Amino acid sequence: MVKIHERKFVSADPDKCVGCQVCEYICSWEKEKAFNPLKSRIRVVRLNPLVNISITCRLCENPPCVAACPRDALTQSEETGLINVDKDKCNGCGWCIEACDYGAIMLHPETKVVYVCDLCKDKGEPQCVKWCPEEALDLVTADVLAQKARFTATKKLFQEVMKTK
Amino acid sequence: MFGYAGRILHIDLTTGKTHVEPLNEEYAKKYIGGIGLGIRLWLDHSKAGVDPFSPENPLILTTGPISGTVWPTGGNGHAFVSKSPQSFGVGESKSHGSFGTELKRAGYDAVIFKGKAEKPVYVWIDDDSVQLLDASHLWGKSPAETEDIIKEELGDYYIRVAAIGPAGEKLARVACIINEKTRAAGRTGMGAVMGSKNLKAIALRGTHDVTVAKPDEFMEYVKEFHERMKGPATQKYRTLGTPENVLVHNSLHCMPTRNYNNATFEGAEKVSGEALNERYVAKIIGCSSCAMRCEHVCVVDEGPYKGTMTRMEYEPLWALGPYCGIDRLDAIIKGMDLSNYYGIDAISAGAIVGFAMDCYERGILTQEDMDGIDARFGNCEALVKLIEKMGKREGIGDILAEGVKVAAEKIGKGAEKLAQHIKGVEITGYDLRALKTAALGFAVSFRGADHNRHGAYAFDVKGKVNRLKAEKGRGKMVKDMEDMYTLIDSLIVCKFSRGTYYKELEDMTKLYNLVTGANITAEEMKRAGERINNVARLFNIREGLSRKDDNLPWKVMNEPVPDEGPSKGAYVTQEELDLLLDDYYEARGWTREGVPTIAKLKELGMDDLIQLVEKKAEE
Repeated sequence: MVKIHERKFVSADPDKCVGCQVCEYICSWEKEKAFNPLKSRIRVVRLNPLVNISITCRLCENPPCVAACPRDALTQSEETGLINVDKDKCNGCGWCIEACDYGAIMLHPETKVVYVCDLCKDKGEPQCVKWCPEEALDLVTADVLAQKARFTATKKLFQEVMKTK
Repeated sequence: MFGYAGRILHIDLTTGKTHVEPLNEEYAKKYIGGIGLGIRLWLDHSKAGVDPFSPENPLILTTGPISGTVWPTGGNGHAFVSKSPQSFGVGESKSHGSFGTELKRAGYDAVIFKGKAEKPVYVWIDDDSVQLLDASHLWGKSPAETEDIIKEELGDYYIRVAAIGPAGEKLARVACIINEKTRAAGRTGMGAVMGSKNLKAIALRGTHDVTVAKPDEFMEYVKEFHERMKGPATQKYRTLGTPENVLVHNSLHCMPTRNYNNATFEGAEKVSGEALNERYVAKIIGCSSCAMRCEHVCVVDEGPYKGTMTRMEYEPLWALGPYCGIDRLDAIIKGMDLSNYYGIDAISAGAIVGFAMDCYERGILTQEDMDGIDARFGNCEALVKLIEKMGKREGIGDILAEGVKVAAEKIGKGAEKLAQHIKGVEITGYDLRALKTAALGFAVSFRGADHNRHGAYAFDVKGKVNRLKAEKGRGKMVKDMEDMYTLIDSLIVCKFSRGTYYKELEDMTKLYNLVTGANITAEEMKRAGERINNVARLFNIREGLSRKDDNLPWKVMNEPVPDEGPSKGAYVTQEELDLLLDDYYEARGWTREGVPTIAKLKELGMDDLIQLVEKKAEE
């Protein structure tokens, strides 16, 4: 039997994201009680004024960060897909950082072990999603993401038709 | 105190030596931060009569106590303060983006640049490490190009950079300092002061945490302001943006057109905020930590200016458009982009081109003087070419880059009457003939012609007073607005968010206290706003400015509005100006010459500066 994907991760809609960094501040506040983007699990990229997006852990299937870790410090929860970091085992070597295609796992500036988004599991919902002023962030499954993309593409394609109706 | 980094960085560009001193907490409480702190520090670190381009003129970069927090719009501002090469008085300009946050995280409330580097340098402030690096390969580059190269060579894409362009290098008096490519500390020529120090750019990386005194209550307040920012107080900025003013000002006949030859523009519809948004706005983006977003990014996708992308606001749109008689948005956007490229204040750029076109149409400047450019009002190509020439200081552009006041003196032949400036700083998009509360605000503004020192136009435009009448009472209105605006620029929060402070002073005081833990009263906050206006006045007095400089442009006082309609015949007489000034000085507790009295300075706890007015009395 085919099972739908249940793993949810935080995804930014590039059409809505304006690069304001509120997610970075909220994340570092939530996790470290400090305003400091360097301690945020989600990071903003602005390539130019029109191209803004914030990026965090995608909870990959067969995550390369876990595979790359030579010390077995990283594991993935079967249930939620979250990446767990064993702080005692991690020595900050950075192989996982190199392996991640998204720059979503980072070396903490003070503890010198890696850290990554945990969807604010203690709070029950990711605080960045809750605070995003543009509602550009969403907690989605891969299925929902594909659905959204499909519907957006279709709406664009039939823009003119939709207007006249 | 929380909020403040507690440190001031001194950089001597002549010797390359740097040192750090603790922030004087009394200054912090009295002058808050931003322009207030900057102006106070400037007085301590300069001698009276210093030439703006002398190595002895300090250039001061400041943030405010709110900077670096998640406070919506408050987390991201910074200010430059120095002696202006335009007004020879207070030079100050703010900008937003992310630059200010980085300075706070690097651990500084202010950086004081003195001296002059032997050859072009940029300063790399990486927390406690401060280095002067060679900038000879950056000389001649635009601020945006400079930013890209610095990020690449320092190997960090999250470094924040503020830089000058070619105009600042060549000491154009209208040069600005640009951070993050399109955000300008535009007015009063701060870019030229930076250029005079051979300082091409400031690159920042800060890694320290920023925390606040009362975290839980602060976050609750942040949440409340996120909600307020979705409401009516910010609607204008989130939708059409400030270019909405084009049709509003035009309908009231208070939009200076063709260098003040008219107060209304027949092409207004074509350059309206509505037209801009419909045709050119590709996205509205936000500064660091902001919850409202206002930055209208415009893209030209066809025609001679295809591929141009820049931010647009009312003031530059007005200056580069109606003020030059230009009704094509693509050319206006190109003019804005070129101003950013060369690092020229786009408001002044448009005001100067309008002035030059007026000189040309009246035969004061010939086509030969103009290097062959047919500088008729409305000629897009002339706009583009003249900005390029100013940026490069080539031909006629060399004279125009001095700003309208100095340019007019050099041109002669009555050009002075066409030079619309106050204290040497070009006017902005409000026809002062038909907005008399604004006229007073502009006349007394300590940084020269400007709408952002008082916002007094709001009383006129919104019909709260008879805008065509000069009467007693306007002085207090302008004073109160000024005191609020200096607070906004010292805390530094964004002026576009001012409407979200429903209880104004009380809300700002609450914010300040939650961040700093200083627990001051709203009354003390109000006095800080007043104090900052007084210290700015003392700056100007020490540098030789007086009542005679609280003036209005020639046309405002001599050429009545010619357009048929609601403003016809309006202008400001000397009697009216005198009445307004007397009323304002009285409201301020200053002498009839506009000098703060010793009693007023004592009342504001400014005893340490009384010597500046005592000297005045001796003269």
